[in-house]
Amino acid sequence: MTPFPLTRALDRGAVVFIALLAAIAIIVPALNLLTPPSSPFHVSTYYVALFGKYICYALLALSIDLIWGYCGILSLGHGAFFALGGYAMGMYLMRQIGGRGVYANPILPDFMVFLNWSELPLYWYGFQSFPYAMLMVLLVPGALAFVFGWFAFRSRVTGVYLSIITQALTFALMLAFFRNNFGFGGNNGLTDFKDILGFNVQAQGTRAALFATSALALILGFVICRVIVTSKLGKVLIAIRDAETRTRFLGYRVESYKLFVFTLSACMAGVAGALYVPQVGIINPSEFSPANSIEAVIWVAVGGRGTLVGAALGAFVVNYAKTVFTSGMLAPYWLFLLGGMFVAVTLFLPRGIVGTANYFMERRRENHRAQASAAAESAAAEDGVAAPAPRPAE
Amino acid sequence: MRVVRHGVSSLIVMLWLVLIGTSAAQAQDIESALSGFTADSFADTDSAVGAVARSGSPLAIPVIEALQEGRLLFSTQQKRVYVRDRTGAVLDAATGKPAAAVPTDLSPVRLNNRVRRAIDAALGGLTLLSPDPGRRLDAARAVFKSKDPNAIEALVAAIKKETNPNIRQALIEAHAAVVLFKPDASEAEKIEAVAVMRQRGDQDALGLLSSLPEGTPDGVKRTAQDAIAAIQTNLAMWSGVQNVWYGLSLGSVLLLAAIGLAITFGVMGVINMAHGEMVMLGAYTTFVVQELIRAHNPALFDYSLPIAIPLAFIVAGAVGILIERGVIRFLYGRPLETLLATWGISLILQQTVRTVFGPTNKDVGNPSWMSGAFEVGYITITYNRLWIIVFTMTIFLLLLAMLRFTHLGLEMRAVTQNRAMAASMGIRTSRVDALTFGLGSGIAGLAGVALSQIDNVSPNLGQGYIIDSFMVVVFGGVGNLWGTLVGAFTLGIANKFLEPYAGAVLAKIAILVLIILFIQKRPRGLFALKGRAIEA
Amino acid sequence: MEDKITTSILYLSGVNVSFDGFKALNNLSLAVEDNEMRAIIGPNGAGKTTMMDVITGKTRPSTGDVLFDGAADLTKLDETQIAELGIGRKFQKPTVFEMHTVEDNILLALKADRRVRGTLFWAETTEADTRINSILETVRLKAVRQRVAGSLSHGQKQWLEIGMLLAQEPKLLLVDEPGAGMTDAETRQTADLLKEINRDKTVIVVEHDMTFVRDLGVKVTCLHEGTVIAEGSIDQVSENERVIEVYLGR
Repeated sequence: MTPFPLTRALDRGAVVFIALLAAIAIIVPALNLLTPPSSPFHVSTYYVALFGKYICYALLALSIDLIWGYCGILSLGHGAFFALGGYAMGMYLMRQIGGRGVYANPILPDFMVFLNWSELPLYWYGFQSFPYAMLMVLLVPGALAFVFGWFAFRSRVTGVYLSIITQALTFALMLAFFRNNFGFGGNNGLTDFKDILGFNVQAQGTRAALFATSALALILGFVICRVIVTSKLGKVLIAIRDAETRTRFLGYRVESYKLFVFTLSACMAGVAGALYVPQVGIINPSEFSPANSIEAVIWVAVGGRGTLVGAALGAFVVNYAKTVFTSGMLAPYWLFLLGGMFVAVTLFLPRGIVGTANYFMERRRENHRAQASAAAESAAAEDGVAAPAPRPAE
Repeated sequence: MRVVRHGVSSLIVMLWLVLIGTSAAQAQDIESALSGFTADSFADTDSAVGAVARSGSPLAIPVIEALQEGRLLFSTQQKRVYVRDRTGAVLDAATGKPAAAVPTDLSPVRLNNRVRRAIDAALGGLTLLSPDPGRRLDAARAVFKSKDPNAIEALVAAIKKETNPNIRQALIEAHAAVVLFKPDASEAEKIEAVAVMRQRGDQDALGLLSSLPEGTPDGVKRTAQDAIAAIQTNLAMWSGVQNVWYGLSLGSVLLLAAIGLAITFGVMGVINMAHGEMVMLGAYTTFVVQELIRAHNPALFDYSLPIAIPLAFIVAGAVGILIERGVIRFLYGRPLETLLATWGISLILQQTVRTVFGPTNKDVGNPSWMSGAFEVGYITITYNRLWIIVFTMTIFLLLLAMLRFTHLGLEMRAVTQNRAMAASMGIRTSRVDALTFGLGSGIAGLAGVALSQIDNVSPNLGQGYIIDSFMVVVFGGVGNLWGTLVGAFTLGIANKFLEPYAGAVLAKIAILVLIILFIQKRPRGLFALKGRAIEA
Repeated sequence: MEDKITTSILYLSGVNVSFDGFKALNNLSLAVEDNEMRAIIGPNGAGKTTMMDVITGKTRPSTGDVLFDGAADLTKLDETQIAELGIGRKFQKPTVFEMHTVEDNILLALKADRRVRGTLFWAETTEADTRINSILETVRLKAVRQRVAGSLSHGQKQWLEIGMLLAQEPKLLLVDEPGAGMTDAETRQTADLLKEINRDKTVIVVEHDMTFVRDLGVKVTCLHEGTVIAEGSIDQVSENERVIEVYLGR
């Protein structure tokens, strides 16, 4: 690959965003590890874990923005890919517990002993190996997205139909994972993790490292998305989003494009889930709940879809608000706020925070250009097409 | 219920005994029979039960019942047996009269399972001739279970005397059961008994025929095998019928929940994620109506549903119109955003209801005409399910009629088929949209009334149905109510047929997977509209 | 390639399409020769757009043959494959990618690798740039090259769409009502543009506007109720009794 796509992908805004993330990736763990708790600069381990979680959400939001913002595929089941990645990581962490579980069985995780299982199910094999587990983190969500997408896109299921079907997908998975005989810990999911790569998951150092890794993953995900959306592929995606039939008549195989971004996006969501699980210490079937997936979509909408930076920002903003609200007296009002957010953003801020900011900056630049050209030529040179009047709400 | 009736009748028998007294000869018999109870050995107690039953004394029933209920006492010193009646008074078991002097060392006669069986058998035989038809039927069933060979004479006598055809049938079946397990019954008798069982044809008959005792003649066994096969085929058919019935019941609930969704999606192209909450509002309206009735005029309780139906329609419909006018109309042409906005509305509605009514389940009662059940063949049909199917079909037909014969219906069909064309023909599409949304929501409210009768009324009520309703709409196709009908019943019945093999959860998953595969073939559902306008 | 069954570039025979009982195309047969320009006229609901849908693979006929270049059976292919064969289509309502700039619209249409990998690793070349420039010149949109397509006037969008057709380098162009919503001057310019394109490409134009068709001066086919009722020069067709009956009412 030539370096050309990279330079095209990383314009000034993207570089600033990456630099910001890199700074966070270094400074937050450093302030946590290197300053004493009494210091005013100290970042407590609680906040490291909390922000680490947000970063995973931001990566999930990024993956949703790639397909929704650029290709018009509104998945209401992306939480499923996130959760599958999380389960793959959880299975690795379970196998690492080994004989230290309550039942001290060196092979079987506690819940299997509890269910009187005598053998490890076949699909649990290999998860003691970290590289294998990481491969599965990518492969399982990716494969599911590929198979699902192949069926859905080939038969041209689009729009709300696709959204509903993705929601049904995650719902079906939730029901399945709730079952004990599915072999993923049923109701309780996977928890009580001990080590990751030999380090204690609870330890301050491990948490800081997980934080930094998550931030790096977010940077990597961002760069991949940027490369894609600034390439000709990105232009095709937008073409599909805005006029699918036209794109097809131009000779583009629309379903291949959709399948590509959908699968890639599912892999990214899987990575986000895998990084999320060791930081929160548990993965259970409620992660598959359709409500979670829809909530992730609203992060993207709040931040601004089709902007990537906005998606990540939206995940931070909404989740921080959620943490603030649900931990205090305001807890009963959180759902009002969240629900109100869905309505308000779609009605009054369809471009989201970043999208709206971009829009006004673009307009100002355009005005400058228009004034410059008006000075140069006569007004008649224009084609008589007035720029659209600014819509007050947007 | 049964315990109470049992107790009351035994008390009556007791009183009657006390009043008329007993004859001396019987007193002799029962007295010797009773002595078996004083040995404090299970074997003796067992044989004593039989002896008492055979004594022919009218005291036999109260004594054995007392034994069953642990009220039969004995004194080791005096070797006499007493009955403590329900009031606590101690009667002499041999005479049924209050004991002159109550011994101090009374202890209850102990029971084990063997004795309990003997008691059941004895009571079965004894009460076969009871004047109370309910007791006779119970007794016949008890003998059917116990297969006590001693009861055979009583059965034969009872069959001769019995005039009630149901009880007579039960007696004949009990007789057949006894014969089949009686080693000394003739082969012809047994074959006749097998025929009776085959006639009965239920799970009990099947169990009885497949557990015939050793030493049963081969001829009988062969007939029994044939009978078993016949019964199994019959039962399989009935279980099919039962699945269809359950499926229809589930399907009608799905139809009720999905039909409003199908209308709004068909006419407006809008998926209303808050549709489930409209159902919930309908259910809460029913709850409020019932609360008011309970507080002010409990006599009206049986009319609570007819009162709630229009109110639920109005409440949910009004909220629906409010949503359409307040939010959705600004989002036309942006179906994905509408999806998100209505999801937000659903969160707000849920939380509102949670704040007002609390997060717990609310108790919505069944009016008397909704509770209870009756049997058809081997399946039980509950009235609430039956009424819901009737209710659903009524709404469906009304809706069809409305679409076909009213002006609004005509406008709705026009907008469904070609919005732009309808608008240019002078149809005020925005008014049609608002009314359609109100109508769809109102029907959801009606669904809520029905669901309040079979499900928990909680703020999450709607969430449980929304995905299933979506599946119905996706499966059935948009713009055609028949599609929704077929979709709902197909999914309902398929679900119930899969459940026995896969369990409820896997059945649901299987259905979801099947739908995902189905839309490969028909992306627009079973009954899709065709034509150029749809594609645009 | 298989042996050619016909020398016509486009050959429709006995094509039937029905929507819920309504016969949109009724035993339609039509042949267009290589390098010909053909105008299709007909009242509303005559089946003009449905015919385009059948040719481009959007609608599958229930019966009938549609052959391209004498060999390719279009009824067996989907839109993408048909586009790859070299059939370009302009829609009745101008459909351009509104969020893309004018030059990106042309870029997306340019004949190039259409596969995912090809577009992901695509890099700008001066060759492509020259092509875009020359096409924009042909369709008179060079001045607005950097503008977002959504901000163009209706006529400009029509031309942009024709430009996109040209960029595809098709053998056959299907143009649905190019004159709709244009000023008289624009309509004339469009007619000139189509004639220019027709120098090395086959063009089928669907049009309502009789003056426009007259401007083109080509063979005309008149459709009614999904079937051909007249064919010939514009003068022959407009004197045909059935055509007059259909257009003026009976």
